[in-house]
Amino acid sequence: MTAFFQSLGMSYEWAWFTATIAGILLIALPLMLAVAMVIYVDRKVLGAIMLRRGPNVVGPFGLLQSFADGLKVFLQETIIPSAANRGLFLIAPIITFTVALAAWAVIPFNAGAVLADINVGLLYVLAISSLGVYGVVISGWASNSKYPFFSAMRAAAQMISYEVSIGFILVCVVLWAGTFNLNGIIEGQRGHGFGIVNAYAFNLLLFPMWVLFFISSLAETARAPFDLTEAESELVAGYQTEYSSMSFALFWLGEYANILLMCMLNAILFFGGWLPPFEWEPLYMVPGWIWLFAKTFFFFFLFSWIWATVPRFRYDQLMRLGWKVFLPLSLLFIFLISGYLMLTRWG
Amino acid sequence: MIQVIAFYLFSSIVIAAAAMVIFSRNPVHSVLWLIVAFFNAAGLMVLVGAEFIAMLLVIVYVGAVAVLFLFVVMMLDIDFAELRAGFMKNLPLGILLAIVLVCELILGLGAYQAGKVELGTPDGKAAITDQVPNIEAMGQLLYTKYVFLFEAAGLILLVAMIGAIVLTHRKTFSQRRQNIGQQVRRRPEESIRNEQPEVGQGVEI
Repeated sequence: MTAFFQSLGMSYEWAWFTATIAGILLIALPLMLAVAMVIYVDRKVLGAIMLRRGPNVVGPFGLLQSFADGLKVFLQETIIPSAANRGLFLIAPIITFTVALAAWAVIPFNAGAVLADINVGLLYVLAISSLGVYGVVISGWASNSKYPFFSAMRAAAQMISYEVSIGFILVCVVLWAGTFNLNGIIEGQRGHGFGIVNAYAFNLLLFPMWVLFFISSLAETARAPFDLTEAESELVAGYQTEYSSMSFALFWLGEYANILLMCMLNAILFFGGWLPPFEWEPLYMVPGWIWLFAKTFFFFFLFSWIWATVPRFRYDQLMRLGWKVFLPLSLLFIFLISGYLMLTRWG
Repeated sequence: MIQVIAFYLFSSIVIAAAAMVIFSRNPVHSVLWLIVAFFNAAGLMVLVGAEFIAMLLVIVYVGAVAVLFLFVVMMLDIDFAELRAGFMKNLPLGILLAIVLVCELILGLGAYQAGKVELGTPDGKAAITDQVPNIEAMGQLLYTKYVFLFEAAGLILLVAMIGAIVLTHRKTFSQRRQNIGQQVRRRPEESIRNEQPEVGQGVEI
């Protein structure tokens, strides 16, 4: 894109600057639209599974429901509790939202279509997603209220626990791909299964890791059955209890942007990203980003399906699953995978 | 040009945030300023081309250590007057520590400018070039030349971890263990019993 702006007669620096800004807008604005539509999909799927209609009033098939909700929230009054810590109370949703958007900088949407093609792309995603916990913790503390504080403590413990196992799972993928660059990881999956299937999930050693990663990404984004941070039967609405209006909407948007990111990571790391599912020439007629979005959407559908069907975990069960099941299992697979690679590739 | 602007932005924020860590009255604010300082230090690392270390700084310190730190500080009930009372008493010690740190910084700078620090490839001759990615370069050093130090560091951490577990893992009287396998194996037939006792008879458990 820099070359395009240079051809308009800009100097290299200005062209780079404009291209970066344009790239950010090109990712962030469609992302917001996608989040709005995905919330609609979530509610529709939930409705279908519960034999309801779901949103069907605003616009054709209720498609504009999320925008109507957005408008409603936008027109509400921002209420700040008198006992709250004002500055931090307002900063917390901004942190959640910004962090949720920042991670998208390294996501490759097609061959070469990536805002920042850095060597440590996967580590960047991990680093940024580990920042997400601050929005929750700060909001819980700054609200100066019991339920948000409980929720914040739960969230901090939950996110740290599952980040550990996610880190180990990512190490497995990185070991196999030999690079931290997300484009490199996708390229490494070309023809991975018998030269036909483009997916790391089609691998006896990496498939269990995908299962762990999928469950961990549910826990990391605090989706059901791990939505203990906002368990409405125990904690009202968790850390969002004291929030209203746009500050609440920012939490909502950030949360769904994070969920989309996790779905996309599932697609990129284990299901070939923008590669078509099979190594077959006619499939390449479809642009890469359509494949990526289709895979992401499939994982999002799984997320809503699980939300509608699986009951919530108890908190000690959640911790047990993270530390006593996922952590040893992912560690074991690091040994297995590096052993296998030493035997076959580097031996 | 952009690098210069970025450098002064990051470094001034680091210094300002570090100052705020000391000067802010609320300990939670202090921790948050510390996090800001960490994050901007990571920015500085990116500027010198050490992107791997920058990411690790964010993942390890900001993402894990500082969260636990924040966690603890939020739960503590700290009396500020008491904390400030010890200020004058500990001032000489603080100044001494500051002097030692400054001396070390000057020493390090001097050693660096003398150019005798052996970094680079395992045989210690060539410097790492830009062609090798950060991670590869670090791995080559860490797992060849410094493998003993690396493993020693790991061992020390392991000992510290075991120590922490030993200190906190005590048998208490109210301790109840949960056997997940047993709970899952339980069936209604074994755990539920229908009884219809006579009036005034009661049931045996």
